[in-house]
Amino acid sequence: MSRIIAAGQGLVDWIDERFPLVSTWKYHMSEYYAPKNFNFWYYFGSLAMIVLVLQIVTGIFLTMNYKPDALAAFGSVEYIMRDVSGGWFIRYMHSTGASMFFAVVYLHMMRALLYGSYRKPRELLWIFGCLIYLVLMAEAFMGYLLPWGQMSYWGAQVIVNLFATVPVIGPELSVWIRGDYLVSDATLNRFFALHVIALPLVLVGLVFLHLVALHEVGSNNPDGIEIKKNKDPVTGKPVDGIPFFPYYIVKDLIGIVVFFMVFFAILFFGPEMGGYFLEYNNFLPADPLQTPAHIAPVWYFTPFYAMLRAVPAMFGSQFAGVAVMGAGVIILFFLPWLDRSPVKSIRYKGPIFRSALAIFVVSFLVLGYLGVATTDVWGKMPEILPIIGGIEVATIVSRVLTIAYFAFFLAMPWYSRIDKCKPEPERLT
Amino acid sequence: MMKTAMIRNRAFAALFSLGAMFAVFATAVPTQAVAAGSNFPLQRAPVNLQDAVSLQRGAQLFVNYCMGCHSANYMRFNRLTDLGLTEEQIKEYLLFGTDKVGSPMTIAMRPADAAEWMGKAPPDMTVIARSKRPNYIYTLLKSYYVDESRALGWNNLAYPNIGMPHPLWQLQGAPQLKVEEKQSHGHAVQVKSIVAGEPGLMTAVEYDRAVGDLVNYLVYMGEPWKVKSTRIGIIVMFFLSILLVFVYLLKLEFWRDIKH
Repeated sequence: MSRIIAAGQGLVDWIDERFPLVSTWKYHMSEYYAPKNFNFWYYFGSLAMIVLVLQIVTGIFLTMNYKPDALAAFGSVEYIMRDVSGGWFIRYMHSTGASMFFAVVYLHMMRALLYGSYRKPRELLWIFGCLIYLVLMAEAFMGYLLPWGQMSYWGAQVIVNLFATVPVIGPELSVWIRGDYLVSDATLNRFFALHVIALPLVLVGLVFLHLVALHEVGSNNPDGIEIKKNKDPVTGKPVDGIPFFPYYIVKDLIGIVVFFMVFFAILFFGPEMGGYFLEYNNFLPADPLQTPAHIAPVWYFTPFYAMLRAVPAMFGSQFAGVAVMGAGVIILFFLPWLDRSPVKSIRYKGPIFRSALAIFVVSFLVLGYLGVATTDVWGKMPEILPIIGGIEVATIVSRVLTIAYFAFFLAMPWYSRIDKCKPEPERLT
Repeated sequence: MMKTAMIRNRAFAALFSLGAMFAVFATAVPTQAVAAGSNFPLQRAPVNLQDAVSLQRGAQLFVNYCMGCHSANYMRFNRLTDLGLTEEQIKEYLLFGTDKVGSPMTIAMRPADAAEWMGKAPPDMTVIARSKRPNYIYTLLKSYYVDESRALGWNNLAYPNIGMPHPLWQLQGAPQLKVEEKQSHGHAVQVKSIVAGEPGLMTAVEYDRAVGDLVNYLVYMGEPWKVKSTRIGIIVMFFLSILLVFVYLLKLEFWRDIKH
């Protein structure tokens, strides 16, 4: 026995002389000190990593049988589902994984909003995260074209046409993106290339940078105070920190198992998730000559889609709406400099910030709903009303909520400063 | 004092989390799909993927009445062994042309020709129940009526001015449209319904069952692995529940030495 251990130690020493194995393990795992008071919201970072790996692995297997060809794509997906052994399982993992990736990432971002994880010194960590979110949206959008169903096709048509609204260069820009005058085989082929190689590489690189930045500054926690301020004078280790390995590894295992219970319940019992994860119309092959009556993007894009629809055309162009939609994502990048509150965590922030965050979350969710619904879902305003009479109620609500969404960010420097915050504790509670 | 503030904070965070979770799931909860292009009230299709006899009858109806015009290009004949049929039975009862038992359920009519003859090629049926939904197809097949003003003599309440003539008229006969004037909230409204006309080979009850069987088969064909995946899913859930207990105990064991 002791001889085996000695041999193992010898191997580790051999590697360590050539590669920083032990020091890397210590730096990122066994001596990475994380605050001991992580709660429910702290599961979603590791879950996002798990889903990323799942998407890459299932994606590799899908590419073995998928054909990026406008005439064969739809059939090749059905071939995977029917004639490839376990193909339906791999494909549903990938399709469920796409939606669950966003679910997990949205909850992960919510955590940052709740506990001020974007504040100094974590601004770069937050920016890497926003870039991941942006690339993830592009990745999901391009992946959604690949099954070549009606929603794939017309969704892509709508989104690429958004670029055509850009002043001056718009029309050429959209043709350049598509590689054709309409979404076609050329578009499918390049989206396939971007979806399976280019964007995943960028995504993995950004996730690496996100982790490097995280381990440099250390994790935030539900109290929003820095554990590094209170170090043991003898060991130099944070008093309220515990090593990531083994403590958070074993804790995250619980999150992973619960997550997989949700994931596999969806996968095995209802992979379409009532038409939200896999849209019903996407089981009709793409038909460039037949526009569906109702084109809705997948649920994770709908808040931004609702913003796009809420903004009226200006100067005969929809560009204003496109700009608002883009700004809705870009504004996230500035959050670290918008929040002027003396405290980080929602636990010690005052009533104004709490209310603002609540309004923001409600706005985002209702916009998300309105993005899948048709604009006449709530009927029209009575004709007798001045100005807004005769306009769809949903459009009015979308406009108000779009303003609320932006007000949360733009008014933050003001309201976060005047808010009555509570004193932060000295130690973790 | 500090303690109560802390408890209040925790309670707020917990409520907030629950609210957010609820909102996320509420958006994702399955809702009744709106029928494609019509507000006609849908009837509930009797879908039961465990009912092999119904699925076999449905397969027979599909092969006999739909496959004249509609293909199922992604479905292979020998997959019907799922339904408890042997390959010999499939060959004898369901294969009419020169197809092999391992062939996909294609048809002889080419889509380009079909588009020229009928204006639009009849769509492939392999995953039709996944896009159009079972209740819609069930209602559609029960809503045909004779309408001499249409080129082929048929119209449909669920899909007005449908291109496809009644595919099952031999079974159902020639149902008629009945229009009644009814008073509703002080307004006269037209209520349209289907009544039996010249009888077909089946009684009304038999016809409903046949349409139910056919729709059941279409649902099966859309996801032939469904019964299997549900069964695997239950095993996976069971396994993960057991695993959850162990990872929870593992966490407790490791975390015993962390002071709070």
